[in-house]
Amino acid sequence: MTETWIILGATSSMARALARAVAARGDGVLLAGRDMEDLKALAADCALRGARVAEAIAFDARKPNGFKKIVDRAAREEGMISAAVFVGSMPPQSEIDADPALIEGTVNDSFSGPAMFLQTLAPLMEERGGGTVVGVGSVAGDRGRIGNYVYGAAKAGFHTYLSGLRNRLTRSGGHVVTVKPGFVDTAMTWGIEGMFLVAPPSKVAEDILKAVEKKKNVIYTPFFWRYIMLIIRHIPEPIFKKMSI
Amino acid sequence: MTWKRIEYTGWGRALTAESEIARPERLSSLTKLLAEAPGPAIGNCRSYGDACLNDGGRALQMTRLDRYLAFDPETGILHVEAGATIGDIARDFAPREWLPAVMPGTGFATVGGCIANDVHGKNHHIHGSFGQHLASITLMTPKGKKKITPERNAALFKATVGGMGQTGVITSAELKMMACKGDIITVTERRAEDWDEHLTLLDNSRATYTVGWIDATAKGAALGRGIVEEAETGLGLVPPRKKAKSVPFDAPGFALSSPVVKLFNTAYYRRVPDRGRTLVKPITDFFFPLDRIHDWNRLYGKAGFHQFQCVVPLASAPELKEMLELIAKAGLASPLAVLKRMGKGRAGYMSFPMEGYTLAVDFPNRGRAAQVIAELEKMCAAAGGRVYLAKDSLATAASVAKMYPELPDYAAAVAKADPEGIFTTDLVRRLNLRGGAA
Ligand SMILES: Cc1cc2nc3c(=O)[nH]c(=O)nc-3n(C[C@H](O)[C@H](O)[C@H](O)COP(=O)(O)OP(=O)(O)OC[C@H]3O[C@@H](n4cnc5c(N)ncnc54)[C@H](O)[C@@H]3O)c2cc1C
Ligand SMILES: NC(=O)c1ccc[n+]([C@@H]2O[C@H](COP(=O)([O-])OP(=O)(O)OC[C@H]3O[C@@H](n4cnc5c(N)ncnc54)[C@H](OP(=O)(O)O)[C@@H]3O)[C@@H](O)[C@H]2O)c1
Repeated sequence: MTETWIILGATSSMARALARAVAARGDGVLLAGRDMEDLKALAADCALRGARVAEAIAFDARKPNGFKKIVDRAAREEGMISAAVFVGSMPPQSEIDADPALIEGTVNDSFSGPAMFLQTLAPLMEERGGGTVVGVGSVAGDRGRIGNYVYGAAKAGFHTYLSGLRNRLTRSGGHVVTVKPGFVDTAMTWGIEGMFLVAPPSKVAEDILKAVEKKKNVIYTPFFWRYIMLIIRHIPEPIFKKMSI
Repeated sequence: MTWKRIEYTGWGRALTAESEIARPERLSSLTKLLAEAPGPAIGNCRSYGDACLNDGGRALQMTRLDRYLAFDPETGILHVEAGATIGDIARDFAPREWLPAVMPGTGFATVGGCIANDVHGKNHHIHGSFGQHLASITLMTPKGKKKITPERNAALFKATVGGMGQTGVITSAELKMMACKGDIITVTERRAEDWDEHLTLLDNSRATYTVGWIDATAKGAALGRGIVEEAETGLGLVPPRKKAKSVPFDAPGFALSSPVVKLFNTAYYRRVPDRGRTLVKPITDFFFPLDRIHDWNRLYGKAGFHQFQCVVPLASAPELKEMLELIAKAGLASPLAVLKRMGKGRAGYMSFPMEGYTLAVDFPNRGRAAQVIAELEKMCAAAGGRVYLAKDSLATAASVAKMYPELPDYAAAVAKADPEGIFTTDLVRRLNLRGGAA
């Protein structure tokens, strides 16, 4: 069955790794984001790796009136339509503290924008009777921490949204995988202090593909973050509130 | 964030630098970096010494700019970003019957690094150096992006190929790939009992890929013994290689002590039967044998190691033999030693190759290693040869100037391309490579 992936935030190196992997098996990729020059380079790369179609397409999470156009483009492809969402932004918490208005953009990029997009896409997936949504959240969404709780809150919102969307799409044969990466070696984390057990983006892509194949609901990547977060989630609030991890 | 402060080394780990490193993932970030805070480009730091180091300064790591931009199956020209590795290109294109025309002994080298050192491979005697198979290079400096070709920009091209990053950041290149028969390779291994037989086997080889492993610990009648490998690509099915292993910690000093190396080398030599043998392998096992063990440089312990690689003209074979005698007597060499016959091919002012024999030997960084290498450097210069700067961390400016007669042309072209010296590296400072302008 032919499959076409809409990849939102395709300039992320995690997205690049996933796009390449699905391209190599002959799927189509619609690479959506803001940096068209970069997306075009990736489209050429995916085409050379075997993608059935590979196109760069403009997407700004803060401009929802552009969403329909992307869905329409996908509708022109036969077979299953899937989507992988890598969009997100994480301004340093200190900057948000200084300028609370930044919350809006953070929530928009990491939660409400992607959610609005998926909401626009869902009817097409239902019509086709299948397809997968991969939503990249974060371990930061599992518990609010002093270091990045606004970003974490946006991701938590996205997790909850994805869980509901899964509930909805299951009925028409579709599936939703919630992906919670730990620390990944990308542009977002480059040079940030205190990173540990940092995984290469290719590892995240590998784990995502396995999860899609096995129809997993929620994955942590690399896997051990499930246990790290299990512990962190179970620290009693009276203790947790005094910690700075 | 844009910058990460890192203490890092070349592959040999003997020299260290602390730098602010940026790793742009897209061209627009690179453009911005060059405009605001430029520095030399680096690849995967597979050069051994200080070619990729800029202590106290900045560096732009290119590994994330690694896309295939265009490929023409008619001409075999691949337009690829500079951070792509040779190993990935080989793995992706060999099944389609194309290979990079020249591949160094590690698949982790990036296209940018291969251009900047004008690398050679096991087919140098026939196909020459990496830079001879380029249709164009795209260079970026604070002034902007520029596509250069060997025809239209002869001087800048010759200062870029083998130019150690001094003319600007290579963002992409058009590689003239070479047709191959598939992604497996047939390798014939023969024992060479001594120096003379080793040279004879290399001289008489008509294979596309030829290389000699040399037992740098053997002395007396066995001096120069080794195994000559000859190989051709082919089509077929062989089991895929196992996942790479890695060395998790720095090995203790005795791991590569002289008795251990001697034992290992003897076993390695005898592994090939008297009459020789032919094996079929995945291409990557032949071209990048050491890549199967990640971080194998840690086997040398914390102090790291030096590689000495030189080339001498054909007529200086006796002098090269004397150098090998010195190495064997010193008893410091590791099992990794290579002898190869080179052709004339080179594409830059500072390219390493010349027609002759090249010898590469690893020395753990301890004891008299540095003195032995200094002695070897002198012998090499006297023999009309040169040392390979991609491997070097000990040579002196004076002898390098003698070994590389086109240094003034290089320095002049570099001064024109980068008058402010923003792409200067530790290697360039140590060997005063920019000071030689005519
Ligand atoms: C196991 C092993 C085997 C090897 N075998 C061979 C061999 O058979 N033949 C051979 O010739 N070499 C060989 N080498 C050496 C290696 O091929 C070269 O050192 C090569 O340059 C490494 O590439 P890199 O991407 O790691 O570059 P780095 O080591 O990071 O940088 C090397 C130089 O290239 C410059 N550079 C890198 N990228 C760019 C760019 N985008 N733009 C401008 N300048 C750039 C840097 O400034 C620096 O001067 C071997 C090395 C190892 C570790
Ligand atoms: N790196 C980690 O350790 C880590 C850990 C957990 C979760 N994550 C999540 O993983 C995902 C990928 O992140 P990354 O680490 O690869 O960092 P990244 O390179 O910064 O990726 C973020 C992506 O989001 C896109 N984006 C941001 N705002 C946008 C907007 N308004 N409209 C359209 N696109 C927008 C960016 O596109 P542009 O090119 O247009 O800027 C980029 O493609 C993110 O959701 C991130 O939150 C990362």
